[in-house]
Amino acid sequence: MANNHYDAIVIGSGISGGWAAKELTEKGLKVLMLERGKNIEHVKDYQNMHKETWDYPHRGRPTQAMKKDFPVLSRDYPLNEATFGMWANEQESPYIEKKRFDWYRGYHVGGRSLLWGRQSYRLNTEDFMANAKEGIAVDWPIRYEDIAPWYGYVERFAGISGNRDGLNVLPDGEFQPAMLLNCVEKDISARITKAFKGSRHLISGRTANMTEDKPEQGRTSCQYRNKCWLGCPFGGFFSTQSSTLPAAVKTGNLTLRPFSIVKEILYNKDKKRATGVSVIDAQTNEIYEFTSKIIFVNASSFNSTWLLMNSATDVWEGGLGSSSGELGHNVMDHHFRVGASATVEGFDDKYYYGRRPSGFYVPRFRNWGGDKRDYLRGFGYQGSASRQGWKRDVAEMGIGADLKDAISEPGPWQIGMTAFGEMLPEHSNRIYLDPNKTDKWGLPVLAMDVSIRENELRMRKDMQQDAIDMFEASGLTNVQGFEKEYYPGMGIHEMGTARMGRDPKTSVLNGYNQVWDALNVFVTDGACMTSASCVNPSLTYMALTARAASFAVDELKKGNL
Amino acid sequence: MKRRELLKMIVAATGTAFVGSNVLAYTVIPMVDSKDSGFSKDEIAFFNEVGESIIPRTDTPGAKDADVGSMIAILLADCYTPVQRKAFKDGIMSLKAKAKSQYTKGFLLLTPEQRLLLLSSLDEEANMYNKKMALAETQDSENGTAVPHYFSMIKQLVLFSFFSSELGATKVLRYVAIPGSYDGDFPYKKGDKAWAT
Repeated sequence: MANNHYDAIVIGSGISGGWAAKELTEKGLKVLMLERGKNIEHVKDYQNMHKETWDYPHRGRPTQAMKKDFPVLSRDYPLNEATFGMWANEQESPYIEKKRFDWYRGYHVGGRSLLWGRQSYRLNTEDFMANAKEGIAVDWPIRYEDIAPWYGYVERFAGISGNRDGLNVLPDGEFQPAMLLNCVEKDISARITKAFKGSRHLISGRTANMTEDKPEQGRTSCQYRNKCWLGCPFGGFFSTQSSTLPAAVKTGNLTLRPFSIVKEILYNKDKKRATGVSVIDAQTNEIYEFTSKIIFVNASSFNSTWLLMNSATDVWEGGLGSSSGELGHNVMDHHFRVGASATVEGFDDKYYYGRRPSGFYVPRFRNWGGDKRDYLRGFGYQGSASRQGWKRDVAEMGIGADLKDAISEPGPWQIGMTAFGEMLPEHSNRIYLDPNKTDKWGLPVLAMDVSIRENELRMRKDMQQDAIDMFEASGLTNVQGFEKEYYPGMGIHEMGTARMGRDPKTSVLNGYNQVWDALNVFVTDGACMTSASCVNPSLTYMALTARAASFAVDELKKGNL
Repeated sequence: MKRRELLKMIVAATGTAFVGSNVLAYTVIPMVDSKDSGFSKDEIAFFNEVGESIIPRTDTPGAKDADVGSMIAILLADCYTPVQRKAFKDGIMSLKAKAKSQYTKGFLLLTPEQRLLLLSSLDEEANMYNKKMALAETQDSENGTAVPHYFSMIKQLVLFSFFSSELGATKVLRYVAIPGSYDGDFPYKKGDKAWAT
């Protein structure tokens, strides 16, 4: 049993789990990190990292057999040959779609930190106050000032590149130099600023791709291959593997155990504390118990909540944290797949060199400042400008040498952008355990019952029209709006289900991410989000995790946990 | 720092104390042989000949050099639906029949000029058909339920197979595996090739 006791257990090894392990081990705690999937060693296991399109049997395209085996993954880009095996296997780990929900999971060491989009933005002051001001859901128990220093802390370590743009709506951080806009984006940025008199901005994306080396972490700046999703041999972008895991390993305080599915948090109802976890070995199906003083739950939003639902059910039928009536509720994502594209005339003597793994960002401008709409909250745009390649419409070019010459050269400049909108927390948007279905290990599975509502649908009209307006106001031609089908989950920004709050009767977690009913259990991934903002959420999980870890160690020292 | 040294350093900086075993990450999918596609050598050679009319060898390699025929066979076999595959096969038959009826000989016996003429007329026919059916040529026909004109499928497959090949990407287009930097204001003059990706 001696070997089964640790100071802390971290459940999950993705973006937030990696941060929890790093912070806790660096503060001297002996940490066991449990990961349900296989191990992936930095660089060594990135087996496709040097592959080119022609090195894949179908040049990267999914086969009919793959589509048949992975109908959920095949709904969008996750199903391809380059990252095959990296998105969770829906056969082994099914879920129920009461309403269509696209759930893309990373069941391996590093989780989705190896597969993420890397755009990194701070929530702003209003984001933390909007619920209270508007009477939506519950108030965040923290304010921007509480998390601001932690944003800086994680930005410095993770390596976020971006400009300090001086916009209240998108607080500046401690950045490396930005990945710059290309000449066309720069020009359109100036046109938008002028046309909208400084009320709308097109800025460089802020991304967890480095523009300066971090030799102390053994990481080199981005080499502009744009192959982040194959794993980066340079450690050019932030992942568990490139950044937090090596730091945790260096302390000598970390034990990482892959293939460890945590099925239950063990709970002592007299002490109102968790005592450890029960784990199924994913390969042998053997059950192990590990004990610890504190537990960090970082299994990804829905799986963290799934674990709470499966824990302490002898005390609360709905599981640990369910006494609030909010566990599993208030699912959020970012709704998107709507925007516009246009042709940019001129710039025929301009091109670009290198494949920038980022683009531009248009921060929220709706319901901001003096603006008032018939819906709440807002959205931001992500996009880029580029010259068309050989995939452009060649219908009119005929065939033969002329066609070959024509499409071997770059086409006109195009610009496109997609809006990412805030989704309101809605009690009836929920996940719950389905009693009738189990996964490969006999564990109950989640059912998803989530949809976007009137507020999102109204916002989507602006999300398209504002993009059209901005391109038209910039004098672009062939401006075309688009709206494709969106289903919750497609944003791969699932949030909520164990929200933070000020009152144990209406929230699952307190202001330091502690489960109200078990103060030595911390949930610091997307599950904790009280509202969604419209910016990409991962940076916020990092900051909340570092903050909670620091608090947890202080509390341990004080003997409070 | 040289790249090789750098890689060594990165590997040295990690390494973890592990419990539990290791299995493959990033599943490596084995390459496929066109022999397993169900298409014969002759059929693949025919695809290459049609491909060469669409993307001929000029001062740079063409479709045949890149063996687009094998790739087309593999994609048809594995990535296309039976409906699409049948439409393609029927299309090839129809193309062959057209050659016979217009020139009284098989496609492979036609001169390059005759082939170009024949296929150009099919290309126009396809454009008209697709317009009528409101099918964009660039549409991903894999996922569509509607099948575009067969010559559009042929053209799409040739272009994709060619420009995603090593020869197409590196000798006809430009490709730098590790750019190392980004320049968003890079000079361009007419005749410079496009980046492959």
